[in-house]
Amino acid sequence: MSNATKDPIVRGALAHPDVTRLDDVNRDVLKVLATPGKGWWALFSLASLGLVVFFTSWGWQLYRGIGVTGLNAPVGWGVYITTFVFWVGIAHSGTLISAILFLFRAPWRQAIYRAAEAMTVFAVMTAGLFPLIHVGRLWHAYWLIPYPNSRFLWPNFKSPLVWDVFAITTYFTVSATFFYLGTIPDIAAARDRATGLRKKLYQVISMGWRGTDQQWHHFGKAYIFLAALATPLVLSVHSVVSWDFAVSIVPGWHTTIFAPYFVAGAIYSGVAMVITLVVPIRKVFGLEAYLTTKHFDAMAKLCLLTSMIVGYAYMSEFFMAWYSGEEIERTAFWNRLFGTYWWATWIMLTCNMFVPIMLWFKRVRYSIPALFVISIFVNIGMWFERYVIVVTSLHHEYEPFAWGIYRPSLTEMGILLGSFCWFSFWFLLFTRLLPPIAIQELKEVLPPPMRKQKEAHS
Amino acid sequence: MSQSGGLLASYEYLDSTVDAIEQLKKAGFKGVKAYSPYPDHHIEHALGYDQSPVRVWTLVGGLTGTATGFAFTTWTSVDWPLVVGGKPIVSIPAYIIIAFELTILFGALATLIGLFILSRLPDLRPAVVYDPEFTAGRYGVYVQAEGGRLDEARNILNGQEPIELREGEGGANV
Repeated sequence: MSNATKDPIVRGALAHPDVTRLDDVNRDVLKVLATPGKGWWALFSLASLGLVVFFTSWGWQLYRGIGVTGLNAPVGWGVYITTFVFWVGIAHSGTLISAILFLFRAPWRQAIYRAAEAMTVFAVMTAGLFPLIHVGRLWHAYWLIPYPNSRFLWPNFKSPLVWDVFAITTYFTVSATFFYLGTIPDIAAARDRATGLRKKLYQVISMGWRGTDQQWHHFGKAYIFLAALATPLVLSVHSVVSWDFAVSIVPGWHTTIFAPYFVAGAIYSGVAMVITLVVPIRKVFGLEAYLTTKHFDAMAKLCLLTSMIVGYAYMSEFFMAWYSGEEIERTAFWNRLFGTYWWATWIMLTCNMFVPIMLWFKRVRYSIPALFVISIFVNIGMWFERYVIVVTSLHHEYEPFAWGIYRPSLTEMGILLGSFCWFSFWFLLFTRLLPPIAIQELKEVLPPPMRKQKEAHS
Repeated sequence: MSQSGGLLASYEYLDSTVDAIEQLKKAGFKGVKAYSPYPDHHIEHALGYDQSPVRVWTLVGGLTGTATGFAFTTWTSVDWPLVVGGKPIVSIPAYIIIAFELTILFGALATLIGLFILSRLPDLRPAVVYDPEFTAGRYGVYVQAEGGRLDEARNILNGQEPIELREGEGGANV
C-alpha cells in the first residue's frame, strides 16, 4: 500500500478535473442524460430538418440519375469525394485522442476522448455514405465487396479504390468496437442510476457489467491491445485514402508526400472538429469542471503542430513542383494559386496556415471563444483543401482539349449540407443516450479515497 | 449458517479494500472477488493477477487476418488471371495493404470475443449480491466461505469498517 498512499499526489497533479470525489463524476456526467433542455431540442430539430434536405437531394439524384450533379468529364470527382475525404479526416483525431494518446499516457485525453471517439464513429458513418452516393447506382454498391458472383470475377486488389473499401470498413468496425468497449463500464454506471425501461436498456447494452476484478483485468488488457491495433490503423486509413489520388498520374496528385500530408491534415481537421463539438457540450451541460482550459490548451497545441505540418506540406508541394522542372507539374500548381479556382486555394491557405498562427499566443489558447472561432476556420479550410486537391487537379490535366470547369449543383450542395446534419443528428442522440465523458477513465486520474490519509488529516 | 455462504462488503476507501483482500488471501480464503468503479492495479496486485490471456486472442486473430489477406488476394488473382497495369498476376506489395487491414480487423474482433469469453460477458442474469454504488464511488469485496470459516471471514471484512456488509447464498451469481 505504500505506493497507493504516495499516488494521490502524483495523480492529483495530473488530474485536471476540479472534482475530488469518485461519485461526483457520476452525478455530474449522468445528469447530462436527464431531461434535455430547449437548446438540445432546437439543435435536434435543425439536424432532423437537414436530414430531410439530405434524403430529398439523394432521392432526387437516385430518381434522375447522376446527371443532376455537376460531375462530368474531366471532373468526375467533385463535392462528393471532397466531402468523403473531409469526413474520413475528421474521424482520425478521435482515434488519435483515444488510442495514440492512450498509449502515450497523455492524461488530458481522459475528459475529451469519449466525445472524440463518438465523433470518429459518426464521422466514418457519414463518410461511408459518400462512396454510395458517388457511385450513383446505389443498388450496385455491393459490387465493391468481394463475393463469389456468377462469373467468378473478383475485385482488382491492385487498385487503391479496393484498398480503400477494406480500409474504411475496417476503420469503421474497429473504431466502433473500441468506442463500444470503452463505454461498457459507463453504461453500467448509467444503469445503476436509471430506472424503468432505461435501466433495462442500459443493462442489455452494458452486457450486465459489474466491475468485478476479473472483468476489469481482461478489460484493461483488451483495451490496450485495441489501442495498439487502432494506432497503426488510423495512420494507414488516411494513407490509403491519399493513395486513391497519389497512385494515379494526375499532376497535383502524383506525389509521395501525400500519405503523411493527408494523415497530418486529417488529425488537424479532426482536432479542430473536437474543439467545435466540445465547446457547446461543455456550455450546455455545465461540464466546466471537467473540460478545463488546460484541455483546450492541449488540443490547441495539437492543432498548431499539425497546422505547421500541413503548411510545410503545402510549401513543399509548391517547391517541388517548381524544382522538378516538370512543365505540367509547374502549370498545375501555378493554376492552383492563380487559375480558375484561385479562391478555393486561398481560402485553404488562409484558414489552414495563417489563421492558426494565432495559436502561438497563450492568451488565444486559453480563450475558449477564440478557439471555437479558429476551429471553425480550420474546418472550412480543411474542406477546401480537399476541394482544391480533387477539383483543381482534375480540371486541368495534360491535354488542353480535355480541360474543363466543374460547378457543384444544388443537389450536391444539399447533400453536403445534409451530411453535416446527418452527423449532428447522431452526435446529438449520443449526448443524450451515452455518457459523453468517460466516467470510468476520469476516476483513474482522480486521487483514490484513502482511509489512512483521512485519519492522518483529522 | 452450516452451509457455505457469501459475504459482500462495500468500502468507501481503496486502502481498506486492499487490506481486506490481502488479509482474506493470507487467511487462505479462495473465491475472493473485488468490485471497483475503475480498474485499480492495487486491487489486481492484491488478488495476484498474472498476464491476461486476452493477448493470445489478439495475436491469433491478427495472424489469421494476415494469412487471410494474403491468401484471399492471391487466390482470387490466380482464380481469374488478368494482367492489370503491367503488374504481376500476384502483386505482393499491393496485397500487403489488404493483409494489413485484415490483420487489424481480425485482431480487434478476436480481442473483443476473447474479452467477452474470459470475463463471462454478456451476463444478464440479475445479480444477487451487488451494490449499485460499485459503479459510482464504492469498492466491494466478496468472499465465499464454508460454514465454519464464515465468522472468520466476517471478522476480517468488518475489521476494515465497511459501509455495508451483506450475506448471501454461497455460489450466488456475483
